[in-house]
Amino acid sequence: MEMEIPYTVHERPDTGLYNGKLGIWLFLASEVMLFGSLFSALVMLRTGAASWPHGYEILNIPLATLNTFVLIASSVTVVLAWASLRLGDFAKGKLYLIATLGCGGIFMIIKAIEYGTKFSHGQFPRTNNFFATYYTLTGLHGLHVVGGMLVFAWLIWPGAKMWLHERQRYINRVETTGLYWHFVDLVWIFLFPTLYLL
Amino acid sequence: MAVQRQIRVGKTWLSPKEAEKALREAMRAQEAEERAHGPHQSFWRHYVFSTDHKMIGLQYGLTALSFLLFGFLLMLLMRWQLGWPMRALPGAVAGLLGETAAPSGIIAPEFYNSLGAMHGTIMVFLAIVPLAVGAFGNYFVPLQIGAPDMAFPKLNMASYWAYFVGGVIMLASFAAPGGAANSGWTSYPPLSVIAEHGQTFWLLGMIFLITSSLLGSVNFIVTIVQLRAKGLTFMRFPFFVWTQLVTSFLLLLAFPALQAAAIFQLMDRVAGTSFFMPSGLVVSGEVQAYAGAGNPLLWQHLFWFLAHPEVYVLILPALGIIGEVIANNTRKPLWGYRSLVFAVVFIGFMSFVVWAHHMFLTGMATSISAFFQTTTMIISIPSVIILTALFLSLWGGSIRFNTPMLFALAFLPMFGIGGLTGLPLGLAAADIHLHDTYYVIGHFHYVVAPGTIFALFAGIYYWFPKITGRQMNEKWGKVHFWLSLVFINGVFFPMFIQGLAGISRRLWDGGMQYAHANPAFQTNRFMSISAFCLLAAQIPFIINLFTSIKWGKKVGSNPWEATTLEWAAAPSPPLGHGNFHEIPVVHRGPYEYSAPGSEAGFLPQHAPDPGPSPRELEPEPAAQPA
Repeated sequence: MEMEIPYTVHERPDTGLYNGKLGIWLFLASEVMLFGSLFSALVMLRTGAASWPHGYEILNIPLATLNTFVLIASSVTVVLAWASLRLGDFAKGKLYLIATLGCGGIFMIIKAIEYGTKFSHGQFPRTNNFFATYYTLTGLHGLHVVGGMLVFAWLIWPGAKMWLHERQRYINRVETTGLYWHFVDLVWIFLFPTLYLL
Repeated sequence: MAVQRQIRVGKTWLSPKEAEKALREAMRAQEAEERAHGPHQSFWRHYVFSTDHKMIGLQYGLTALSFLLFGFLLMLLMRWQLGWPMRALPGAVAGLLGETAAPSGIIAPEFYNSLGAMHGTIMVFLAIVPLAVGAFGNYFVPLQIGAPDMAFPKLNMASYWAYFVGGVIMLASFAAPGGAANSGWTSYPPLSVIAEHGQTFWLLGMIFLITSSLLGSVNFIVTIVQLRAKGLTFMRFPFFVWTQLVTSFLLLLAFPALQAAAIFQLMDRVAGTSFFMPSGLVVSGEVQAYAGAGNPLLWQHLFWFLAHPEVYVLILPALGIIGEVIANNTRKPLWGYRSLVFAVVFIGFMSFVVWAHHMFLTGMATSISAFFQTTTMIISIPSVIILTALFLSLWGGSIRFNTPMLFALAFLPMFGIGGLTGLPLGLAAADIHLHDTYYVIGHFHYVVAPGTIFALFAGIYYWFPKITGRQMNEKWGKVHFWLSLVFINGVFFPMFIQGLAGISRRLWDGGMQYAHANPAFQTNRFMSISAFCLLAAQIPFIINLFTSIKWGKKVGSNPWEATTLEWAAAPSPPLGHGNFHEIPVVHRGPYEYSAPGSEAGFLPQHAPDPGPSPRELEPEPAAQPA
């Protein structure tokens, strides 16, 4: 007998959550611990170091500020996408999803320009621990951005046909991806001041 | 005049016995039809890339048992060298290892280090945790909470395959130039950063294993919270479900620290950064080409932030299994169920703030030691509560001494020894003497080997009839138990004596240089012989396990007369996808044994209130019309 797994689409009444939503929150809790560990390492290395350069002397603040705005904008568009889909407007929802994906792309291009400039100045991860943490932390964050972009690309193109026969599930997926995207945004909000401004 | 009780089945009246038979037949016919007409699955879909939690549980179980044996064999090589230092291995074994690992048959010191590192890594990350969580958790948690499957079946499959790939990478590292990782299972830098290629394999393998555990733990928590059957409130969970829930939280929140640490160490090794590399490091007279200013202690903090909760990941599911087996075989509710649950949850919280008791001798500030010593003493309280509650559960029970129960009964004092010997290690002053000696090895092996592994054996004997519909041979089970109990103590107890005498745990020659410890050193050979006998004692188990699948005694759906859903509400062997004919509704707590009003002596969780004898199954008993 084939039995459906309950609460894949609709909320369980006493928890108020569908499975995917609880799943993504737990995943994000784990991610908090990952980035928490990375930031603690940064703190421990920096406080223990004899000398540590100021980020604003070395890194490109205007570009990073631009990137901050790009990422915040993408957090807005992903909410608008979800809201439009909930109102039943697929065309508008899709447009906002594409805008989100585009913002992610712009962020990565700017990041690549930053990396490229540093490389051309001979500043590599092995140069010192400032650059080691800079590249490792922003690199892992960048991987998270790319991961989110892949999911958005799936939602916009091959996954979009779910809209026709599994509408609620599709909206849920946009919502959970959005939650993840906000987290990635939030990590950057912490990375930007700790690496660039301090 | 005695009234013959009769039950109506369809339109006819039958005696309880006949009624039960008729129902059984009907259920069997239904199952047969489902098996015959269920969705056809290809071999690959069914056995290899399965999304059924039971098949994934079995995959985890068989893979983990293989790694358990493999890790044991690595240890036997070490025990050979310790028992008979510098004696050549038997020809076939030496030939298998090759000239680099064992020049003219004698185990090389570097290879000995690899054996130690890989024994620890394989036993913890590839054998015990996947067996306790991946196998037992996967198979029995959905059944115990009345769920048709895990919440995310595809993630479940991905979790197994990530584990599998991680395992393959670890095995492949033995063939790497310079051999497998040899910086200990803790991989302390800077040694691990300048080590040979095996260490890179180790780090990559760990990243896969951590991914696997992340996918698994999210899945477990969502399944337990979302898919529990109607009426199954948290305080009605079988104790095993509670332990799995807390374990999943530990895996979810502690492992990322090692993920971060592994990424840093990988960067140190591959990209030449110096996260863990101090300035001016000189190795073999050569200044290392690192920028420096890194912090080796950073690794230890991140590593133990995972690895101490990991200790509780090793023991909590074992305690859960023991709880199930003891309640079932004392025919009594567990003593202090609520205390047990709160103790487990409290352990879960506390396990995150004790990690640096592994680091008392690293030069860390003494004020920090004082803090971690205090938290360590505090965490021993819930552990003692659990053990006490389990002991008290035995009081006044009419105990059934079957094989699972024997393993469970042996677990209690063995885990007690393991736990109590840990207290001196948690005190910073006593640890100065005991640190890095065989005492430490004795302590944690008492927790994990005659502790957790015995619990896992209890679980295998207990749940085997659930999986196969057949029972494992009791006589050989008892042989396996008694021999294992004797020899495992023969291996580990002398370690306390050696450790108190001050023998270091890391000596390739077993400590021949330690003149002052010579009498204690003499026990090495006895321990090694015990270890080889322990291997021999596992042969009956291995044969029993595989032959019982086909030739074991056939038993009914609920041979142990258990109350929890996996036995009482689901057929054994279980159905394919879906588990239950109808998702049960839960009416009471998990261990209503010897409950007033139960004729059979136990009330299953899903039997409606007020319960008729559960053996009469669904229909209401009614008096025969005059």
